[in-house]
Amino acid sequence: MILNQLPILQVVLPLLAAPLCLLLKNSTWATWLTAVTSWLTFFVAVFLLQQTLEIGSQSYSIGGWTPPWGIEYRIDALNAFVLLFVSAICAIVATASGPSVIREIGRDRAYLFYCCFLLFETGLLGVVATGDVFNLFVFLEISSLAAYVLVSFGRDRRALSAAYRYLILGTIGATFYLIGVGLLYQATGTLNFSDLATRMPLLEDSRTIRAAFAFITVGIALKLALFPLHLWLPNAYAYAPSIVTALLAGTATKVALYILLRIFFTLFGSNFSFGTLPVDVIIMPLAVAAVFVGSAAAIFENDVKRMLAYSTIAQIGYMVIGISLATVTGLTGGIVHMFNHAVIKTALFLSLACAVWRVGPVTMDAIAGLGKRMPLTMGAFVLAGMSLIGVPGTAGFVSKWYLVTAALERGWWWIALVMVVGSLLSIVYIWRVLEAAYFRPVSEGAPTGEAPLLMLLPTWTLVATTLYFGVDTRFGVGMARLAAESLLGLVP
Amino acid sequence: MLLTGALITPWVGAAFIVLVGHFPNLRESVTLVCSVILFGFILALAMTVMSGGTASLDFFEVFPGVSISFSIEPLGILFALVASSLWILTSIYSIGYMRAHNERHQTRFYVFFAIALASVTGIAFADNMLTLFFAYELLTLSTYPLVTHSGDAQSIRVGRTYIGLLLGTSLGLQLLAILWTWQIAGTLDFQDGGILAGNVSDAMAGLLLVLYVFGIGKAALMPFHRWLPAAMVAPAPVSALLHAVAVVKAGVFTVLKVVIYIFGLDLLTSIEMGQWLLYAAAASVLIASLIALKQDNLKARLAYSTISQLGYVVVGALLANAAGIIGGGLQIGMHAFGKITLFFCSGAILIASGKTQISQMRGLGRTMPITMTAFMIGALSVVGLPPMGGLWSKWFLGLGALEGGHIAILVVLLISSMLNFAYLMPIPIRAFFSPGERVANGEIREAPTACVIALSLSAIGCIALFFFPQPLFDLLRMIPLTTK
Repeated sequence: MILNQLPILQVVLPLLAAPLCLLLKNSTWATWLTAVTSWLTFFVAVFLLQQTLEIGSQSYSIGGWTPPWGIEYRIDALNAFVLLFVSAICAIVATASGPSVIREIGRDRAYLFYCCFLLFETGLLGVVATGDVFNLFVFLEISSLAAYVLVSFGRDRRALSAAYRYLILGTIGATFYLIGVGLLYQATGTLNFSDLATRMPLLEDSRTIRAAFAFITVGIALKLALFPLHLWLPNAYAYAPSIVTALLAGTATKVALYILLRIFFTLFGSNFSFGTLPVDVIIMPLAVAAVFVGSAAAIFENDVKRMLAYSTIAQIGYMVIGISLATVTGLTGGIVHMFNHAVIKTALFLSLACAVWRVGPVTMDAIAGLGKRMPLTMGAFVLAGMSLIGVPGTAGFVSKWYLVTAALERGWWWIALVMVVGSLLSIVYIWRVLEAAYFRPVSEGAPTGEAPLLMLLPTWTLVATTLYFGVDTRFGVGMARLAAESLLGLVP
Repeated sequence: MLLTGALITPWVGAAFIVLVGHFPNLRESVTLVCSVILFGFILALAMTVMSGGTASLDFFEVFPGVSISFSIEPLGILFALVASSLWILTSIYSIGYMRAHNERHQTRFYVFFAIALASVTGIAFADNMLTLFFAYELLTLSTYPLVTHSGDAQSIRVGRTYIGLLLGTSLGLQLLAILWTWQIAGTLDFQDGGILAGNVSDAMAGLLLVLYVFGIGKAALMPFHRWLPAAMVAPAPVSALLHAVAVVKAGVFTVLKVVIYIFGLDLLTSIEMGQWLLYAAAASVLIASLIALKQDNLKARLAYSTISQLGYVVVGALLANAAGIIGGGLQIGMHAFGKITLFFCSGAILIASGKTQISQMRGLGRTMPITMTAFMIGALSVVGLPPMGGLWSKWFLGLGALEGGHIAILVVLLISSMLNFAYLMPIPIRAFFSPGERVANGEIREAPTACVIALSLSAIGCIALFFFPQPLFDLLRMIPLTTK
């Protein structure tokens, strides 16, 4: 019985737990509640994925109202996969969060933090599960508002201005999206994804539809931090509490990318997005620029958190390149990189959270000799960094493999070159951290000692995951290929 | 079974070294025992190949149709034999060197050394290009801590050059070439006669060849050679085994593999770009020799000499005929023995007398007679004069050049041999015959016994290879050069 309710359970669990945190008013209880809820959500996602693999995509009508009148939750290969890794990352970050949150946010405010954490998770999972464009907006705003608050929890006063900027730009993005949805509704009279999709071929020439497409694309690109709409990201990541950075990096941008996939392929269809309209011609150069600008900025950055934030912008570029190739291999590469990068970046930011827990702000000076002071933390960072570069045997290599293959398949030489050069640039910035941590002498009286096991274990779990998926590609690539094929309409 | 043993032994060794890291004697015994066991396995595998047997090992599929898998074939056996036999000597040598030189972090040193050897075994027995690439990158990463062993400012700089050039060329050019090959041929398996023939146009094949030859940065073909002289800041055993044998030979070995099993000689002869690359390799041979002439630092001179000698193997590969391939294959073995002797000697000189510059080494033959004799033997072998093994590889390379009608290449080989003579031979000659600083009582001060044993054995190896090269010929003749 309960198995039929899984799609909604996913969203309801954290939504109910969030106000509980407020009522508990106790940081220890709130931590455990969040962790347990997140793990439960993760198990729900596992079941959901299993169901989807067995019986194909499934539809759930909220409140028994049949779509397209009621709100529909529709789970297929793509969002079952995204739900799985987003909830997994939330669960792992929640588990690791305890010590870091107490140190960076304080025991007295921790329960507020966890309330926002759960709301953020609710929003993300809702966005991914829903099959309704307006419902998607609602959840997008729930997650975004929670994210603004989460960022503003940062110890540094600059976190406030970063959160404010994030708020302004995020709201503009959301508004653009809403305008687009309004136009769609005006032209079609429906808000349901599949319903919209069936009506779309008749309306391709409509100017309203094209305007809606443009508004939605720009709005989501803002949320996604696609160059040149990335300006909110570096500061938000750098000044947010370390745990929040880990959470945002692994989930928020990935979910935005998911929305983009849905809009391009499910809603409007690849023929419209990439045939009638030249979307690839517009977003591919932007994605290429993102790779270069993000990597170059990362190379000259002195604060390691900011450096990784810029690297995220570059990595988003890779994913968008994969999408804009609009072939099965390209989409597979983009989706698998979305998954791999979520794991890699969360591992990196969690290891930084460990470092921050011990030494405070992680500038290049502060991490001098950290390889000796915190060997396990830096070991995790180095391995995850190798994966980010795309060294063979790591998850990053697998995504690069598919992305470059996809570019070569289409005969787009220069795109293959861009990706290769981008990975060379990532060697430079990862190596700067490595040199600082292993070769610079330890200064007198520098804080030394490992982070708590509660933080190290989840970090190393993620590191082990990226190494595992670097050699056994069946799960990640298999799911991504399934999702790519269903997006392109090759399987029902 | 044997193959599994060979692949796993260095890893097990590394694990044991970590476990017994606090007991230096035990740790070094583990290294030594491990190297002997590895050699045993590989010798047994060599017997298997000679008697026409095969062995293969499949792990798991990484991408559809490409898995991590290993198998044995003659060229790989040759490379593995050379690397593992010299690992034994280097292990003996390291014991003397690392202790006499009071190096720090010795456990780390031995662990990464063992991992590097594991990567070399992986490269030697790789059954497809992806497996080889995995092991190739592991070799780069595992040798980085060895090159930057001292951890000072200079080693950071050197480490940048090292990792930048090696990771840069491999992730930048080689990976692109591999992916493109996969794209064209639909497989990455090493097959007799190559997998590209019939699938590519001449221009595409030419571009691919360029991507491969320069992308295999470990072959140190100019202009991607800078990492090799830079890496000479590493301790002597690292320079000796890794930068005269394992790492650089892994590079040229990969070039040979690509030429024989990816392109196939028939396709290669038809590619116009092959000619240009042949001349580029020949230029690398000459230019590196010229640069070596004016180096005063002994290790730097040896490093440039290595670059030049690696060029020979690439030349042999690109000649694209049987004699060239045999010459290139022989050069892997012959040069390894000669050059490791020279590096052992340079380290021994450093420990015993503290000298690093060639200009300081006049008259050194009187205090270090064994070392300088070994140096003489090694130098003769690298030049390619009888009665040293180095003669055979040069001989076959010359034959290959004649067979292919490349008189210019033959001339380059001859000039280069003269240059080799000019930059190597003066060192032992001055050491023995020119009056150096007088040493009190004229006493003999050799390096620690372990070092002397190792360098004498490798020098004897050079001579032995002249008289008994037959097994190597037999092995190399078994390389399938055309489609069955």
